[in-house]
Amino acid sequence: MAQYAILLYSPAPADPMDITEAELAAHEVFNKEIEKRGTQILYPQALQPSTTATSLRGGAITDGPFIESKEVLAGFFLLEAKDLDEALEIAKLVPTSPGGGVEVRPIFEPPAE
Amino acid sequence: MTPIERAVADTHRREWAFVLAATARVARDMDLAEECVQEAYATALQVWERDGIPNNPGAWLTTVAKRTALDALRRQNVFRSKLPLLVEPDEADMNYSAESTGDVIPDDRLRLIFTCCHPALSGEAQIALTLRLVCGVSTADIAQAFLVSEATMAARVTRAKKKISAARIAYRVPAAEELPDRLDAVLTVIHLLFTTGYTAPSGDQLVRADLVQRALDLTRMLRDLMPDEREVWGLLALLLVTHARRETRTDAEGRLLLLEEQDRTAWDQEAIEEGHRLVLDALRGGNPGRFALQAAIAALHATAKKYEDTDWPQIITLYDALLRVWPSPVVALNRAIALTMVFGPEAGLTEIEELESDGRLEGYRYLPATKADLLRRLDRKEEAANAYKAAIALAENEAERAFLTQRLAEVS
Repeated sequence: MAQYAILLYSPAPADPMDITEAELAAHEVFNKEIEKRGTQILYPQALQPSTTATSLRGGAITDGPFIESKEVLAGFFLLEAKDLDEALEIAKLVPTSPGGGVEVRPIFEPPAE
Repeated sequence: MTPIERAVADTHRREWAFVLAATARVARDMDLAEECVQEAYATALQVWERDGIPNNPGAWLTTVAKRTALDALRRQNVFRSKLPLLVEPDEADMNYSAESTGDVIPDDRLRLIFTCCHPALSGEAQIALTLRLVCGVSTADIAQAFLVSEATMAARVTRAKKKISAARIAYRVPAAEELPDRLDAVLTVIHLLFTTGYTAPSGDQLVRADLVQRALDLTRMLRDLMPDEREVWGLLALLLVTHARRETRTDAEGRLLLLEEQDRTAWDQEAIEEGHRLVLDALRGGNPGRFALQAAIAALHATAKKYEDTDWPQIITLYDALLRVWPSPVVALNRAIALTMVFGPEAGLTEIEELESDGRLEGYRYLPATKADLLRRLDRKEEAANAYKAAIALAENEAERAFLTQRLAEVS
């Protein structure tokens, strides 16, 4: 098995308080589906809006997310899957807001000495 | 070249994919598998010189490459579990012992090609990996064919291989429900290889001919490995029928010839017949896919004795079906051309102007070229001249530019 980070992106500022009833319901459906499949989901988190982010670049503090873009990181979780195809299958089920999407990134496992 | 060198080169061409695919299963790492296969070919040069060419060169090479891989894995045994491994679908059928993998060589070429064309890899990476891993083409030759530096191509291949192991892209033939989409991706890569070789704007003549041959070989390999997939027949037919016209596409001065100007007696009738039979088989089962339909259109052109004999109404029907399964603006443009053949240039022009306004074909050189031709035939010279100028600005090779410039002079 391998671990993947599932990164959820939404249009800025991605305020979790703006989530609609329909989106909440979609997340419920997703959670039930995951439970049914017996998939291991670790550390599911929603983030405060990107307006609350503070970034450090070369020691200098700036207000806002590290990369200025139309979409920002809105939440993430970790996933156990046997390969990328299985991870993508789960990622496809993740509810996203209009204009948003999901990134699947394998977790680094340091090679043993 | 000595007879042995020729035999090794020949086996390289025909058996590389088979040997690498079988070795990858044991090595479970693309880089290691590739190294071992390369070493096996080097060993073959020496051993075959001494002992003669074995009865089954592919099996011989696979055995040697697998043994090298197993030795390497044993040496690295301590941290083997931490190597970035290819993911096997069912670990149970994996067997690491030399004894039980020595005799039976599984044919894993399909796994190899589906892994190389996985949608998680960029289109460029899919093409580079397919040529490098499935066809065994050197990175230098791939770079030359795609007009990038060898370093750029090497980096592209390395990055893709790293992604396969880091993201655990499975070494597997996709399940039935994913197969149509995944097979389409594989066929698209092969078709692109072919068109790159066939219409390459520049670059080495030999390399281009080689790409075309590789695309044909790959499609034949797929047809043997997936004998029931009608889209594979469709692609093979499309390539054969297109390739059959290769000698007649330009005149002695390298000037581009239109379909209607080409010498049909110089077309490769054997290839056309094989393509035509494949088209009939592919269409017979109903619900033809986009490759079968494109092949059917190409075959109708190729089997017309004279340009005037082309069955245009039937071609329009096929384009209608093609648009339904593949709503591409390029298909719509080609359909518009077929419409002019039945209903006149006015009808085609209306369609083309509609396509032009939706903007999806902006920068596509055949749009202004086609429009210019229709305007010329309608004797709307000034508009035709403007369209020719737009087409010349987008032309990608000398033959096309020369053709358009000549036409521009005719209407000016």
